[in-house]
Amino acid sequence: MSSFNAQSVLLVAAILFVLGLIGVLTRKNIIFILISIEIMLNAAGLAFVAAGSKWGQPDGQIMFLFILAMAASEISVALALVMQAHHQHKTLDVAKLTELKDEIEHAEM
Amino acid sequence: MSILFYISSAVAIAATIMVITRYHPIHALLYLVVSFLAIAMIFLSLGAPFVAVLEIILYAGAIVVLLIFVVMMLNLGKDTAMQEKLWLDPKTWIGPSILAVVLLAELVALLVKGTTNADIQVPVIEVKKISISLYREYIIAVELAGFLLMAGIVGAAHIGKHKQRYLHRFLQNSDGTINAEEMKTEKKEELINK
Amino acid sequence: MNNLLALIPTLPLTGFLVLSLAGRRLPKTIIAWIGAGTVCAAAIIAIIMVICFLQTPPVDNAYTQTLWQWIRTENFFCSISLRVDALSLIFVFIITFVGALIHVYSTAFMRQDRDYARFFACMNLFVFAMLLLVMADNLVLLYLGWEGVGLCSYLLIGFWYETPANCHAANKAFYVTRIGDTAMAIGLFMLFKELGTLNIPDILQQSPAHFITGSSNITLIALLLLIGGTGKSAQLPLQTWLPDAMAGPSPVSALIHAATMVTAGVYLIARMHVLFQLSPLIMNVTAIVGVLTLLVAGCSAMVQTDIKRILAYSTISQIGYMFLALGTGAWSAGIFHFFTHAFFKALLFLAAGAVIESLHHEHNIFKMGGLKNKMPVVFYTFLAGAAALSALPLVSAGFYSKDQILWYAWSANNGNEILWFAALAGAFITALYSTRLMLIVFWGEMKTPIGAYPSKLMTAPLVILAILSITAGFIEWPHNLMHVSLFSDLVEKVLPATVLKSTIPKEMVLQGIAGVVTLLGIYSGYALYYRYTAVIERWKQSRTKMRLRNFLFKGWAFDQLYDIVLVKPFVYITTINKSDIFDQLNKTIASFSQRLNQWLSVSQNGSLRWYIAGVLIGIIFILTLQLFL
Repeated sequence: MSSFNAQSVLLVAAILFVLGLIGVLTRKNIIFILISIEIMLNAAGLAFVAAGSKWGQPDGQIMFLFILAMAASEISVALALVMQAHHQHKTLDVAKLTELKDEIEHAEM
Repeated sequence: MSILFYISSAVAIAATIMVITRYHPIHALLYLVVSFLAIAMIFLSLGAPFVAVLEIILYAGAIVVLLIFVVMMLNLGKDTAMQEKLWLDPKTWIGPSILAVVLLAELVALLVKGTTNADIQVPVIEVKKISISLYREYIIAVELAGFLLMAGIVGAAHIGKHKQRYLHRFLQNSDGTINAEEMKTEKKEELINK
Repeated sequence: MNNLLALIPTLPLTGFLVLSLAGRRLPKTIIAWIGAGTVCAAAIIAIIMVICFLQTPPVDNAYTQTLWQWIRTENFFCSISLRVDALSLIFVFIITFVGALIHVYSTAFMRQDRDYARFFACMNLFVFAMLLLVMADNLVLLYLGWEGVGLCSYLLIGFWYETPANCHAANKAFYVTRIGDTAMAIGLFMLFKELGTLNIPDILQQSPAHFITGSSNITLIALLLLIGGTGKSAQLPLQTWLPDAMAGPSPVSALIHAATMVTAGVYLIARMHVLFQLSPLIMNVTAIVGVLTLLVAGCSAMVQTDIKRILAYSTISQIGYMFLALGTGAWSAGIFHFFTHAFFKALLFLAAGAVIESLHHEHNIFKMGGLKNKMPVVFYTFLAGAAALSALPLVSAGFYSKDQILWYAWSANNGNEILWFAALAGAFITALYSTRLMLIVFWGEMKTPIGAYPSKLMTAPLVILAILSITAGFIEWPHNLMHVSLFSDLVEKVLPATVLKSTIPKEMVLQGIAGVVTLLGIYSGYALYYRYTAVIERWKQSRTKMRLRNFLFKGWAFDQLYDIVLVKPFVYITTINKSDIFDQLNKTIASFSQRLNQWLSVSQNGSLRWYIAGVLIGIIFILTLQLFL
């Protein structure tokens, strides 16, 4: 067993996370955004496992388990929403799905 | 072992870069699978076999497959690829990339500035240890995860439901046509107005 | 006897409570019995108290009763306690006795009115407040009564509130007296600051030691109290409210604006005589205020056409005499004039009310006439009152009191020939307008027919008051005629005796002159308005004389003066501030937050990528802080 330091693993996790972030920010298609979110979640999980492995505790892996469960339920709900969005708005463009926009009301004083 | 780690991390990073730069969704997903497999190898090199296998089964095996299903159901093929090509011009990704790189720089700085080199001992953490810890200290979290999954199932099932094609005859119009959607919204308006 | 003190104000108070809470549902007879009965019972107790006081004077010359503690703080302590000494005794007697007569009169006068119960409730409340005023042992309780009578005056002037003019009159009365009340309150604050107590006997005892005669703070205190008195007693410059207050029913004018409330100022000055004596300047000011008022009001009364306005100006004028007396140091003379004035002025107002009612609410004297034979009781009682008003020598009560005032106006230590001369002119004018009133209303041909004759309940009080108007003066004769001085003996237990100057003319001379002047006034009235009425007709042709007449008619244009000096600038300022600068401030805050909302809403554009970018920027910011701090 050779040893390498925890910082390099965390560095890898950071790089993966930032790559996922770039994916979220640059893409317009919802599917790609969801994919990028998965990348980010995975990177976070990697960081956890690395930390747990450093201390020799199973807690890191348990954390990853929960992240996994959460990611699974999140992706299923998200994809159901994507299906509905596609069905109702006929588009998967995030820039067009802006119904939560704050309408500025010109109220009278 | 460290060699394994370095190679797998290189593969993971390269695959991820490919994921976010592809136009065709299926291509991106395939690269994603590669990325997850590489990360599973990293886990193995960290002495966490259970999690590595879990990653492959759930992440690569379930989540990515789900995504592929949806992509195929929505028929996102050549047209989407064309569209993405149009959307991904440098004007779009320069700004966010710079921001993200700044973040990366900060994270790296934090890491480097941090404590002294913490070597990883790499004893393999057994599954037994994980399961005992799971059902002793983290029992409540397990239950909560169960709630979460249940909510996920029910939510996804309900949200994804399409409208009924064939309604009861009472809900049909007098001339036999089906006006389901309007009926539904009409009923909703009635309820709101009351 | 001490324990019965509280009963006197409490009886009218219970009358007020019963009538205000349950009055609507009671039949009119019960209302009349409660309303008049409480005050009559209080009058009976007051008479008993007077008899006891005169027979066996109590300890310290005063009945006292402490009811309960009112305010108790570290520095300030006052209680609800009543104290009746000789001065208060006279006032209590007048308030309850004349009040009882007026209440009995008004049971018949207001019979047809819809708000019978409200009337008696307000009248009872007034009697309660006025009794509290004169029986108070400390200035705080006195101020409570003071404000109470102001409130009741407002309620009763605006009794027929459906007519807007009555409401305006009530408001005007309230505002003008408020000015006086505020001045008095400031005076009380200063007094407390100086002496540390507001208990009247303590103040009267400690003031000579504490204040230097004529120093600025005592002068200021006395001046403020004087202003308070002029407000309530309708003296210059705060006299403009009383003529308009005649919008109320006649019994109200009789009780409040003739006999009792307007004499509250006189009571205050007499009660606080020590403070006034310590400030000779203010004594002079009081005398001057009195003399100016009596001239101004007397001249105005000469040309009025409304019967009640004549009597109102006459009241202002007579209270001017009281102020003159107090200002010259003739304390007992002033109180004696109050005593007799209460009788004959109440009589005049009640009789005027009877006349007005009989002639279907006709107020203009030039539309009356020829009532002499048709309403004999009213005529003879009115005659007695008018005789007392003009101070007909020897036979009327007014003569004795006014003669005293005239004598002391010259010969008291603070007196002056000029004051005497002005008061004498005032006497002439008084006789003139009283004769004018009598002649025009009762002689001549009848211009308005008589509708209904006054009932016994209305005429009986008139008769009683008429008898008193004639005989009440006999308890105090001038020194050179007879040695009867029952009144001043009583009053001088509390108030100081009048100090005379060293070189004074013979009293007989001045008396003779006063008597002659009165008779001259009566003859002039007879001449101008009965015999040689052509003279008045000729005067009506002259433009200057008519302008003078209009000036006097408007009460020397004080209302117009106050309108220009006070009202118009105030209205101007409020018009400028129509958009209310302080409200604008609040509006600015509200509109600013709305504007802020508009600006910030731009960030809520619904675009997912913007939101995430925002989160990212936040994270970077925090991490930067982490790195560099």
